Amino acid sequence: MEKLEVKSLNHHFGFTEILRDINFTLNKGQVLSVVGPSGGGKTTLLHLCAGLLDVEEGSATNTFTSSSFAFQDARLLPWKNVIDNIALGLLASGEKKSVAIEKSKKIALEFGLEEDDFDKFPKDLSGGMRQRVSFARALVVKPSLLFLDEPFSALDIGLKKELQSILIDMISKKEISILFITHDLMEAIRLSDEILLLKADPGHIVKKFSYELPQKQRDDEYVYAQSAKILQDREIITTFELEIK
Amino acid sequence: MKFALKILKDFPAYLWSGWGAIASILLFIALWDMGNQIYGNLVLPSPLETFSTLAAMLGDESVIAEIKTTLYRASIGFGISLVVGTTFGLLAGFFATASIMSRPIVTILVGMPPIAWIVLAMIWFGMGDETVIFTVIVASFPIIFVGSLQGTRTLDGDLKEMAESFKLPWHMKFFDVYFPHIFSYVFPAWVSGLGMAWKIVVMAELLATSDGIGASLAVARSQLDTPTALALVVIMISSLMFVEYIILEPIKREVELWRS
Repeated sequence: MEKLEVKSLNHHFGFTEILRDINFTLNKGQVLSVVGPSGGGKTTLLHLCAGLLDVEEGSATNTFTSSSFAFQDARLLPWKNVIDNIALGLLASGEKKSVAIEKSKKIALEFGLEEDDFDKFPKDLSGGMRQRVSFARALVVKPSLLFLDEPFSALDIGLKKELQSILIDMISKKEISILFITHDLMEAIRLSDEILLLKADPGHIVKKFSYELPQKQRDDEYVYAQSAKILQDREIITTFELEIK
Repeated sequence: MKFALKILKDFPAYLWSGWGAIASILLFIALWDMGNQIYGNLVLPSPLETFSTLAAMLGDESVIAEIKTTLYRASIGFGISLVVGTTFGLLAGFFATASIMSRPIVTILVGMPPIAWIVLAMIWFGMGDETVIFTVIVASFPIIFVGSLQGTRTLDGDLKEMAESFKLPWHMKFFDVYFPHIFSYVFPAWVSGLGMAWKIVVMAELLATSDGIGASLAVARSQLDTPTALALVVIMISSLMFVEYIILEPIKREVELWRS
């Protein structure tokens, strides 16, 4: 069984303690969100899980067969056109060039890009289009584990919903597992099976929320109701410092 | 290969866009002719006289030999600068200590006037090829070095991380992520290095050798042969313009298409 298992993970940058005693398991087909205020060590945690940073204390064992990453900003290669950017991950995994281009074109169309855009460089795309390309690049490799680092935070509501519904489709088909980092509780509630609340200084997990209803059946009402409920929670209030001092 | 074809395909359109440049050159020649009418043939020979001298010179075997000598010295000097400057610049860029240490040295190299280098080189190497080549290297090396140093220093950490997250193999990391960025810095540095080398080679020849375009210029000066001097200047400038506008600029345009 593929899974990501994090056990008593600690992390320091110099003398600053960033993360303390983080424990969780992400099983195949599951969506796990880590929510918390900005600067709370969420991104560090994600980078440790994805192997972009070296684990110093504790362990983060990833047995998923493949993974990919969608960042908060699009991070496209400015000297490559849309299709070549999307194909990057495929080529890295040893896919044949012609096949990679074909698959990239197909997914680009699914993600609402048009054929006219295929040869454009990132500088000629709008912010939303770039994020579409970035998402396409992450999903075209059909990862069994997807790392998401607040990829929706700079998008307008329409595009946000569109990308989320693509993910929800994949989730309901059990095609993908997601480790999702966000500071937006509503986003987390819409997508997650489980939400971990990460409190800052140093980052540690203070509470866990679980949601049983399948993502496909979660309508706006459900999300609003659950958000209202979670916002009353004592831990949430202190973690996000919602109280006006 | 695809890239070279694209450059060739866009070349006619590029040339066609050159009419403005040609008009401004013709305007410059008109002003030159006015200067000739005011100051007379000795001070400033007319463009017509200069170009007919030039035509006669280009038919002369010995002049061609002089041009070849200069070309040889400039290309050896520039070639060494290009290889050494690029390599060391890249290496220095990858190590913070090396790049910090090399800065003052580069400032010294850039700040030292080429004429001083020529004097030193004449003492060290005597009158000949080595002196000229050495001066060319010293003058164009720092430009290329700094260009490639900047190229590596300014690599985008976010893109590196992205490359890391997709587990790009080393050759893809180099050719798809690092190389295009570094090249966009190194290539313009090569172009300015080449311009520098071409100017310095003539200056060094004028002072330190008895052959080459520079030496011919010295002879023309001593004989007050202004038409020949101007014809030599035309050779130097037109060859530089040819390399820069006909060869390098189309490449640069293609390479930097992605820039905003």
